Amino acid sequence: MGIPVRTFDAVVVGAGGAGLRAALQLAEADLRVAVLTKVFPTRSHTVAAQGGVAASLGNSEEDHWHWHMYDTVKGSDWLGDQDAIEFMCRKANEVVIELEHFGMPFDRTESGKIYQRPFGGHMSNFGEKPVSRACAAADRTGHAMLHALYQRNVRVHTQFFVEWMALDLIRDAEGAVLGVTAMEMETGEVCIFQSKATLFATGGSGRMYYSSTNAFINTGDGLGMTARAGLPIQDMEFFQFHPTGVYGAGILITEGVRGEGGVLRNASGERFMERYAPNAKDLASRDVVSRAMATEIKEGRGCGPNKDHVLLDLSHLDPKVIMQRLPGIREISMQFAGADPIKEPIPVVPTAHYQMGGIPTNYTGRVVAPRNGNPDAVVPGFYAAGECACASVHGANRLGTNSLLDLLVFGKAAGESVVEDIKALPKSPKDLPKDAADYSLARLARLDGQANGEGVHEVQLALRRAMQDHCGVFRFPDMLKQGVDKIMEVAGRVGRTEIKDKSKVFNTARIEALELDNLVEAAKATMVCAATRQESRGAQAREDFPERDDANWLKHTLWYRDGNRVDFRPVHLKPLTVETIELKKRVY
Amino acid sequence: MTTKTMQFSIYRYDPDKDKKPYMQDITVEIDSSDRKLLDAMVKLKAQDDSIAFRRSCREGVCGSDAMNINGKNGLACLTELDGLKQPVVLRPLPGLPVIRDLIVDMTQFFKQYHSIKPYLVNDDPPPERERLQSPEDREELNGLYECILCACCSTSCPSFWWNPDKFVGPAGLLQAYRFIADTRDQATNDRLDDLEDPYRLFRCHSIMNCVDVCPKNLNPTLAIGKIKELLVRRTV
Repeated sequence: MGIPVRTFDAVVVGAGGAGLRAALQLAEADLRVAVLTKVFPTRSHTVAAQGGVAASLGNSEEDHWHWHMYDTVKGSDWLGDQDAIEFMCRKANEVVIELEHFGMPFDRTESGKIYQRPFGGHMSNFGEKPVSRACAAADRTGHAMLHALYQRNVRVHTQFFVEWMALDLIRDAEGAVLGVTAMEMETGEVCIFQSKATLFATGGSGRMYYSSTNAFINTGDGLGMTARAGLPIQDMEFFQFHPTGVYGAGILITEGVRGEGGVLRNASGERFMERYAPNAKDLASRDVVSRAMATEIKEGRGCGPNKDHVLLDLSHLDPKVIMQRLPGIREISMQFAGADPIKEPIPVVPTAHYQMGGIPTNYTGRVVAPRNGNPDAVVPGFYAAGECACASVHGANRLGTNSLLDLLVFGKAAGESVVEDIKALPKSPKDLPKDAADYSLARLARLDGQANGEGVHEVQLALRRAMQDHCGVFRFPDMLKQGVDKIMEVAGRVGRTEIKDKSKVFNTARIEALELDNLVEAAKATMVCAATRQESRGAQAREDFPERDDANWLKHTLWYRDGNRVDFRPVHLKPLTVETIELKKRVY
Repeated sequence: MTTKTMQFSIYRYDPDKDKKPYMQDITVEIDSSDRKLLDAMVKLKAQDDSIAFRRSCREGVCGSDAMNINGKNGLACLTELDGLKQPVVLRPLPGLPVIRDLIVDMTQFFKQYHSIKPYLVNDDPPPERERLQSPEDREELNGLYECILCACCSTSCPSFWWNPDKFVGPAGLLQAYRFIADTRDQATNDRLDDLEDPYRLFRCHSIMNCVDVCPKNLNPTLAIGKIKELLVRRTV
């Protein structure tokens, strides 16, 4: 083969919140660990999270993990697995307190405890009224968290491979995962990372939409690698549109703004959420608020000359609150909307934000794929956590601040699972198949040899346009049908992209082409599953099937790349220790 | 949509094929939706895919796209296109080895950051709940913890250019003070011992380029002054 092989106990792909939390667990267990990351760890997209991380600490009012669990199940529109949700909500206090001990600079209450603010869908006493559950460091919670986690990893000497891009999973004939192929960006060198455990923490695929809050790097790399390796990805039709992206620029404005008292207004200045969610109002779930905004705009009550956005008004708040609790938002608003929120409202529009679906795992972070009639069969050697994974705690719609919690809880759990599994394995890793790197090398050779192909930028633009136009907040049957055709046509073009730059040294054109290979798999899964699921649930709002249909669709979708096939898995309705939270109509 | 042409002069160097670096003149059509320098650079790259630069969040929090823009360090994603003098001259951050085009080798920068032990040191057994910290004590960390490690400051500092291996530089020193200022940290004395050195701290001559270029409006010079003050106070 001639390809260098590096051998480790465990390889973590991705160094955002989930990858760094997992790496800590592994380093503390004294395993040989490699953490591969496309960007320096603190550049990962966790850095952009703003409002908070959920935990029922009860620092300013009574709270309970069971209430948090109820809210998360309801927020998921009952598609979340209740065992995983119970696990996450019970672990929340522990992982947030740990983070504080690591040095995270949380804001504080007068008594010196972690400051908490209200957030959408988080209520007390099983849905009664909003509760302060979001633990915050101003409106830079993700930044503070990512840096604290990186700093802790510096302390334990975690071995990072910075600016290395993983290319493909390596599996043996029995389907076990044996590591990944990866490319060093600075030199173009391809290498095999052989490991007993491979843990994906590769983040989301938000770049598939034309208008997105996501960073350039969020190209669904883990999903692409998983799909190409023949494994399914789950529930991809559920893509969250965040209610408040800056109109035109797409930059995120945290829900924490509404948690601190900000309200949404239409062209006539009406606080329209009172009509859509009489109880929770502006703090209803994100899918509910985004649909309300899209409806206001559709029915001609949008703002501006094109009536194509609404306004997020904070001008009634004490400027001190804005300066102290929302300083980053003020910066963003002045930079990207030219509006100082102390004086004028911020123009906002629902913007693609978060992928609820991903690589299916159980609540211990082990990847699962149906085999021999077992829908929950574990894939040996393969783990996933964070946005790339689907445990599933978010189901059809994620609650704000549950993503940072997800990556802490499941980053740690996946790390613990790796430690546990490795103990039971022989000392030396399994033998690599002879052709372990051939698939990746063939992809690279195709790209370098391509003539008369299309530029990556053009094809990527076509992909993002197709997703934006055909698979948005509201989904229409004919548009979805055309969307599937369009995205399959784009997929054909992705296979013929051409790069002019053939340099070995830090070839970002090559990286972008490889990212597009991954993004297109995530986009196909999203479009095809959206067209398949004939109901409205959470973020999937079908014009032709406006109601939730539990009789036929209370199940996870699984998309396979081979044959563009969709299959299903049952939802885990049984929690670990408490009673099932029974199905009911979702009202805020 | 109205379009206009913008002129750029970009530092190019690909060690795979270029004997030495050169400046390339290039123009690009931008429209009214392109507001930031990074928007124009994405278009430039669509035109010529060989132009290499780092970028990620495009909102000024990840610190990837620091570069030298018309002679001053800044982030491409936060730099308004309006008002940029043309041709817009783009160079890699000064003082660090160039890997390719606008991409520099940041090893030395991160080495200095790591050298200040950028993590909380507290050897007491962790309590069951959070360690308490008053809002006033927490406020001491404002203006420090927000650093995005973009390196705009350190690579605008002549002292760092001369002694990148010995002088911690403004970014690292700002973070050193972030931990000194944290009431939960117990290593203040060790941290001060480590910095009490003619190079590590005292190469700072308050030129204040760091303050001038910081895209997050942080003030490393002020933090460095506070460390010096603590050192003086410690001796009396």
